[in-house]
Amino acid sequence: MAEEKVLEVKNLHVNFHTYAGDVKAIRNVSFDLEKGQTLAIVGESGSGKSVTTKTLMGLNAKNAEIPEGELLFKGRNLLDLKEEEWQKIRGNEISMIFQDPMTSLDPTMRIGKQIAEPLLKHNKGMSKADAMKRALELMQQVGIPDAEVHINDYPHQWSGGMRQRAVIAIALAADPEILIADEPTTALDVTIQAQIMHMMAELQERINSSIVFITHDLGVVAGFAHKVAVMYAGEIVEYGTVEEIFYNPQHPYTWGLLDSMPTVDSSVDRLVSIPGTPPDLLNPPKGDAFAARNKFALAIDFEEEPPYFEVSPTHFAKTWLLDPRAPKVTPSDNILARWKRWEELKGDK
Amino acid sequence: MTEPKKVVEIKNLDLTFNKGKKGANKAINNVSLDIYEGETFGLVGESGSGKTTIGRAILKLYDNFITGGEILFEGKDVRNLKGSELREYRSEAQMIFQDPQASLNGRMRVKDIVAEGLDANGLVKTKAERDARVLELLRLVGLNDDHLTRYPHEFSGGQRQRIGIARALAVKPKFVVADEPISALDVSIQAQVVNLMRDIQAKENLTYLFIAHDLSMVKYISDRIGVMHWGKILEVGTSEQVYNHPIHPYTKSLLSSIPSPDPISERQRTPIVYDPTAELDGQEREMREITPGHFVFSTEAEAEVYKKNATL
Repeated sequence: MAEEKVLEVKNLHVNFHTYAGDVKAIRNVSFDLEKGQTLAIVGESGSGKSVTTKTLMGLNAKNAEIPEGELLFKGRNLLDLKEEEWQKIRGNEISMIFQDPMTSLDPTMRIGKQIAEPLLKHNKGMSKADAMKRALELMQQVGIPDAEVHINDYPHQWSGGMRQRAVIAIALAADPEILIADEPTTALDVTIQAQIMHMMAELQERINSSIVFITHDLGVVAGFAHKVAVMYAGEIVEYGTVEEIFYNPQHPYTWGLLDSMPTVDSSVDRLVSIPGTPPDLLNPPKGDAFAARNKFALAIDFEEEPPYFEVSPTHFAKTWLLDPRAPKVTPSDNILARWKRWEELKGDK
Repeated sequence: MTEPKKVVEIKNLDLTFNKGKKGANKAINNVSLDIYEGETFGLVGESGSGKTTIGRAILKLYDNFITGGEILFEGKDVRNLKGSELREYRSEAQMIFQDPQASLNGRMRVKDIVAEGLDANGLVKTKAERDARVLELLRLVGLNDDHLTRYPHEFSGGQRQRIGIARALAVKPKFVVADEPISALDVSIQAQVVNLMRDIQAKENLTYLFIAHDLSMVKYISDRIGVMHWGKILEVGTSEQVYNHPIHPYTKSLLSSIPSPDPISERQRTPIVYDPTAELDGQEREMREITPGHFVFSTEAEAEVYKKNATL
């Protein structure tokens, strides 16, 4: 079944001009976002996940340059838009939930008014009273108790979890087709995180919007995403359905991420960590960017960049280990257990 | 078997910020807690639950706010320490902070940051001795002599946290409060820092108070765990007891909220929502031992029910 593509990102490159030279923050990134689906972009800080989303919102810093690539949304390449055209799309057709609800709300403006603001901005002719009425509905939708009472509160009167609900209400105000959530729960406690994620999943079902979900927490991804893109050093190193990434991971970086998470039911003696640190994108290393931290690195990894190998029509990984000539390597027990699960799942189908 | 030695004993601690003023806030409410030599005690709870306040109170940062109870370090009340005893305590108990960026002076070189405690306590006499000790500390945390003369901004987050650890260890502490030492770090780097902390603990016979809201990491590093909510400790037990046999409804709710990297079980998981109204019914509650070493904040009647369920 062909899914309807809402957004297509093709061969995106983003550079930042700095005094030291050009930082190649995004290098050849491509992905599709389908209607009503959630794509999770996972990676460490500096992997380019936030730059990707800022590019999708036309919000990159002034020293950013996009030498190559396309962002196709409704048949238009967003990269060709002028600032005035962006303003019609931003907060209307594509909107964003930021990480820190304290800094993304205006501390001097009543919350109800902040939710009504995008409505008034994007709907010429809507009255203030109607906008406030809609703001109240949105507050109820995102689960703010006694919304009528609290509509005139200021952000500092609310807890972090409630503030993040307000931020989500603002993002949803204009019924966006695409919602970009940049680490929406990272600043929140685990119990509140569970509530917010649950609420976002419900809302997505109701309004059928597509979500790009940025995070470094694989646990949250598992329950929420349909597709997962794992980013490293400005590139997508593995891309697949959530089952493919969690039960049949192929890239050693994905293995490392899965291994470094302690799970509550496992009683491991020692956490597996990925040694070293991500490379400097001012001068990306020759060959595979992950090679220096990869204990399975082959000689060719230091010489030549690997292509994307197709694991399945929906699953790609950028590692020489998938080349038919590569030696077979044995990942950790955790990954082997996941592969075993994958075989069982395939058997059930 | 001899009773293990208690390094820190907190007895019925009450702590109130802004006492007597508008906005008075009882941050710690009748908390009692023992931390044994060589163990890692994990303290978990949501933000605002008081876990950081306890850590800081042990290090005498909140002496003026303590409204009741006492904090003993090796049997002595930390608030009564004076003169040489106080100086000694300042080096015996150290802290690793959450944000390695904010807790390192950006205008000091790494070697001076690490040596500051050595200088202040007169632990080194010559420059050569100072350099040697600093290098030894940097090596202990996985850095090397190239890093000595660099400034904090030249390091990554994980490396900066290593510098913070080296600084805390410089004065040979017995007890370290680690306040969310890994929550500002990436997942792959978190594992590096946690492994390092465990190695050093074994080598130097350290006792840790490990404060965190990441429950899976706390379980991994801690011997015993305390669960905090609204300024009270609701449950204390070994890691195994708290995670595999949680008793208090709040602990159950916390545990049920932890996402796991497994899509199929994740989709079926429904977090238990905690109803805190039971805490506000005005009944007398205290820590009661349900099974050996496993304490829950409860009324006598609740404890009876918990005990019955525990033996099933």
